[in-house]
Amino acid sequence: MPEASVQKIEVSPKGIQSHTKGMRSHEQRVPVIDALDIAKTYKMGDIEVRALCGVSVRLYAGELAAIMGPSGSGKSTLMNILGCLDQSTAGSYKLDGVDVDKLNDNQLAAIRNRKIGFVFQSFNLLRRTPAIENVEQPLIYAGIGLRERRERAKAALEAVGLGDRLKHHANELSGGQQQRVAIARAIVSRPSLILADEPTGNLDSKSGAEIMCLFQRLNEDSGITVIFVTHDQRIASHTRRIISIADGKLTGDVAVDDQILACPEEGVGATR
Amino acid sequence: MYIVEVIRLSLHTLVANKMRAILTMFGISIGVGAVIALLAIGNGVQSYITQQFTSSGTNLIAVIPGQIQRGGGGGNPFGPQVALGMSDYRAVIGSVPFIQDSAVDFSGLGNFTYEANQSESALSGVTPSYSAVRNWNTRIGRFIDESDYGGRSRVVVLGQTIANDLFPGLDPLDEVVKINNVPFRVIGVMESKGSSFIGDQDATAFIPLTTAQERLFQANAQTKGGDRRISSIYLQVQDDGARPLVTAAVASLLRERHRIAPDDPNDFSVVSQTELINAFGAITDVLTVFLGAIAAISLLVGGIGIMNIMLVSVTERTREIGLRKAIGATSSAILAQFLAEAMFLSLMGGLIGIAIGVGGAYAVSRLADIRPEVQLSAVALAVGFSLAVGLFFGIYPARRASKLNPIDALRFE
Ligand SMILES: Nc1ncnc2c1ncn2[C@@H]1O[C@H](COP(=O)(O)OP(=O)(O)OP(=O)(O)O)[C@@H](O)[C@H]1O
Ligand SMILES: [Mg+2]
Repeated sequence: MPEASVQKIEVSPKGIQSHTKGMRSHEQRVPVIDALDIAKTYKMGDIEVRALCGVSVRLYAGELAAIMGPSGSGKSTLMNILGCLDQSTAGSYKLDGVDVDKLNDNQLAAIRNRKIGFVFQSFNLLRRTPAIENVEQPLIYAGIGLRERRERAKAALEAVGLGDRLKHHANELSGGQQQRVAIARAIVSRPSLILADEPTGNLDSKSGAEIMCLFQRLNEDSGITVIFVTHDQRIASHTRRIISIADGKLTGDVAVDDQILACPEEGVGATR
Repeated sequence: MYIVEVIRLSLHTLVANKMRAILTMFGISIGVGAVIALLAIGNGVQSYITQQFTSSGTNLIAVIPGQIQRGGGGGNPFGPQVALGMSDYRAVIGSVPFIQDSAVDFSGLGNFTYEANQSESALSGVTPSYSAVRNWNTRIGRFIDESDYGGRSRVVVLGQTIANDLFPGLDPLDEVVKINNVPFRVIGVMESKGSSFIGDQDATAFIPLTTAQERLFQANAQTKGGDRRISSIYLQVQDDGARPLVTAAVASLLRERHRIAPDDPNDFSVVSQTELINAFGAITDVLTVFLGAIAAISLLVGGIGIMNIMLVSVTERTREIGLRKAIGATSSAILAQFLAEAMFLSLMGGLIGIAIGVGGAYAVSRLADIRPEVQLSAVALAVGFSLAVGLFFGIYPARRASKLNPIDALRFE
């Protein structure tokens, strides 16, 4: 893996202290995500599309989980609701103990800004804008001064192995590199939760493995809770928990016994 | 978000999208420039015309034979039916109050020759006061004086055009020209008035009224009543307030002298400078409105250009707004950014437009003999309008997008 200069990730969210590897007992810790009976209905004229019909998910700090399911099963819908990009039509959602449904627009913006890093399938970088400025954007809305922004954006890019691509514009980077810029943007505000909707969907398997390595690093070293959607069983096996959805309902929630470790130091594809 | 960050952010966006920024600014500049230039030219034409009148004397009233209002062609001194005579003039200045100064002219055509050069031009016999009353002085030499007048001297003051025709590159002073074969000594050359819509005012020469009546135009110099015929009387009124009174007094006196029955129209016209200015003012008002309309169209076209560019980029911008919201921007932060962008574009475009407009107006003034007048109100109007258009089309889509769910904005197509 040539670009695997992934360094020790220093970004560490507040409120999450040390954690141990291996199987944990969830009960002892605070749920980061506590979603109960989430439903989402889209009204298109007379037709109602029930994208989610009563999904309950609970995720604890420091978890690394994947969501799987057939196309149209409601995975993105769920992720958007969990990421506070969209609102459910029924059910309750507590994020870090805060009842999200009761927040106003500005409070939601603050949550998205500080608590959540969202990674999209299509990267969603600002065009014709250097990587470092792309990564900087969340910090602008966090009211952080220029110098500190630059430092933190640079650190975040170094953390994703793009320390030598600071000035490159998004369109001058490969897909895998663009997604890593997007991940740098997601972690720069030191969130406690990273949500990624098919982050490897547009990437080849090698770039996909790099992204998985990053997620594992972030999860292991910084204790950030990471959830992502994927169609790929192998990608999903990089986590410790796979949640399955079909037709807007939860159909499975299993622990992964043989987690694949993506980072080269520990050997790509090595199983535990 | 601090204002500095807002400005920095919007400048970054503008730099990242140079083409869009330049095109938008261009639209605004064109509109503003056109309005300012066209209105400046319109105003310039208006004051040019006004100045054409006032330059021939302020507070001036002219009395001429015939009815100009009825299209009677007035001013033809040789017409048998209508006439003004010297006795009319004397009666007027003898009895009408508030007249400060007055002059008389008696005009015809003269055939001017000097050596091989020849010129057929207007020739006016005038009183010495003519120069002062018409506010028109000699450029070189002197005007006709009392002794020329009393002595019926054969002296002539040439208009610039005639001087140029007869004495190209030469000094005409004290040379002798023949007018209708009578020799006259050149004693002066008038200042150039330039040609205007009235015609070339410099194609005129002046001789003493007495000389004209008794030596040159004897054949036509008599009215039916045996009076000495004149072409026009110029009255300089003491102040503008007295003008209506003088006009009325002159009219009633002349009606009485010409024995005009109460229901018959005047056989003369009393025209004041102000009335002429007003009449032409109405024409130039139309011109200004016309230019203004063209300008308004340019403004509209510029506005549509701005709108187009803004709306074309709305999909891209909506996605950008979705992303910004997804990473934590509040609606007000988004609006602030777009407002700053639109304001910057509009103001820059407006400033460039002012430069284009003023520059364009002066470029036109170099081609035509018009001094453009850039009016603050036109500048304010043009800049205000383009600012409004720029702000509206810059902010309206942003405002709409900022109200969307981040995910709906991100998916916008
Ligand atoms: N904005 C929308 N308006 C109407 N219906 C929608 C909208 N977004 C999603 N849906 C519907 O909701 C259902 C779930 O969609 P969703 O995007 O969550 O599926 P998904 O599991 O992410 O699928 P994929 O794997 O293809 O991304 C689908 O039937 C879809 O048609
Ligand atoms: Mg999806």
